[in-house]
Amino acid sequence: MKTPEEVFNILKEKFGDAVVELAASQPVDPYIVVNPKEVDKICQYLFDNEELSFNNLMNLSGVDDSNGKVIAGQNGDKTIEGGTLSVYYHIESTKHKHKIVIKASTPRENPEVNSVESIWRHADWHEREAYDLVGIIFLNHPNLTRILMPYDWDAGHPLRKDYKNPEFYHGMKVPY
Amino acid sequence: MALKTEQMVLNMGPQHPSTHGVLRLEVELEGEIIQSVHPHIGYLHRCFEKHAEAMTYPQVIPYVDRMDYLASMYNEFGYVIAVEKLLGIQVPERVDYIRVIMGELQRIASHLVAIGTYGLDIGAFTPFLYCFRDRERILSLFEMTCGARLLYNYIWVGGLSHDLHPDFVRSAKDFVNYFRPNIKELNDLLTYNRIFIDRTANIGVLPLETAINYGITGPNLRASGFKWDIRKDDTYSIYNKFDFDIPTGQGLVGTVGDCWDRYYIRVLEMEQSLRIIEQALDRLPEGDVTSAIPKRIKPPAGQIYSRVENPKGELGYFIISDGSLNPFRVKVRGPSFVHLGVMNELCKGHMVADVIAILGSIDIVLGEVDR
Repeated sequence: MKTPEEVFNILKEKFGDAVVELAASQPVDPYIVVNPKEVDKICQYLFDNEELSFNNLMNLSGVDDSNGKVIAGQNGDKTIEGGTLSVYYHIESTKHKHKIVIKASTPRENPEVNSVESIWRHADWHEREAYDLVGIIFLNHPNLTRILMPYDWDAGHPLRKDYKNPEFYHGMKVPY
Repeated sequence: MALKTEQMVLNMGPQHPSTHGVLRLEVELEGEIIQSVHPHIGYLHRCFEKHAEAMTYPQVIPYVDRMDYLASMYNEFGYVIAVEKLLGIQVPERVDYIRVIMGELQRIASHLVAIGTYGLDIGAFTPFLYCFRDRERILSLFEMTCGARLLYNYIWVGGLSHDLHPDFVRSAKDFVNYFRPNIKELNDLLTYNRIFIDRTANIGVLPLETAINYGITGPNLRASGFKWDIRKDDTYSIYNKFDFDIPTGQGLVGTVGDCWDRYYIRVLEMEQSLRIIEQALDRLPEGDVTSAIPKRIKPPAGQIYSRVENPKGELGYFIISDGSLNPFRVKVRGPSFVHLGVMNELCKGHMVADVIAILGSIDIVLGEVDR
């Protein structure tokens, strides 16, 4: 069983700058911030290493951090420029019974994160959901299509904080 | 010379009695053999996560009821535990006991639906009626407690909406005594029924490695032979005070991890739930169930992933708080959503009729898949 500090030190030694920091100041879950273009290599290491063997991805969530510049529009609309979108990976080892949180932040204008689908097949649908609702592009994902919204939804990604409802969808009025 | 057949695509659903909701399965067939299954979901998408961002923390509770609507109590249970961890509050002991009693009753009710409709899916009509008859008794207990039969809004952050009815303990004990012999009856009717075994044994075998890699949890994981239960392995509330076993799949009539095992785990789990309910009813302490409810729920900025053992598997809530009255982000990791992802793996190479047997055995609720 390893604490998040120990896991962070192992990763820092192995991957250097790709592992940014351990944010432990939060009241509940400490998380390890990593480079979004290295996250697949780091996760593969966490999965393969005997002492760590993080074999279970509990959850993968896309989040709009909403930390950019907010530009207010008409009737309560807003647009956000800059800032980041994040992916949180909650992983655990059923063998050693330890768990950690990994966070990969990616710029809002070009939100690309490497997919971990080849490590945990479980990530497949969760990554599709994060793409669908938050608009994060997962590189090397075999089938990155919308999952909860209609396949032809072209009004953007609903869980973005600056999402605006479209006026019409296939001739049907959307706001009611 | 082998007979060549043409590849065929079959759409199952979205309106289909055996899909337990609105789900479309795109099945690619060669003759009667399944090549691949692609589930298409989202027909019930209600933007729960977007709504939650516009609500205060207690206002989210009625929404979580509507995800897995066969296990509403447990959805509330999981959600309030996550918020309480963010707030750092302790609840009175009586609250914990009542939550566990409600949660385990809900587990039995949910498994009864799973078992009953599973029989129905593959042609056994009678067990369905028996299961729903017993489930009605549980729903009556819930109605006695909070007035609602399906969507309760009973478990609140820091406590419960109100205390138990004075008759509740007696009625619940009556139910336990009434229900225990019925499990045997159910076994005689369905579990060891020859036709049922023929339809389910050795079908849809889920090996353990695959199961973990696909994030399968709950009864479906245990059926693959892994002793893993969040109530014991990552305990929450007061589950460590109770004495109960975790049944695992043994492959009694076929292979470990087949449809029959997944079905039978649920039968065994109902017995264990009865044990927990009995212990909790006997030791139920006195106290005020509303004393710890905060006047204003405003957690400090931070983030938490909290999980509970829902009747169907690991139900996780990932909540990010920015220190305001509304959650900044709520992400639900629903077991049904995850379990549906393994359909393709399970169905490959089976006959088309087995899709129904496999889908029923993983026990999904589309309200939670689509959220």
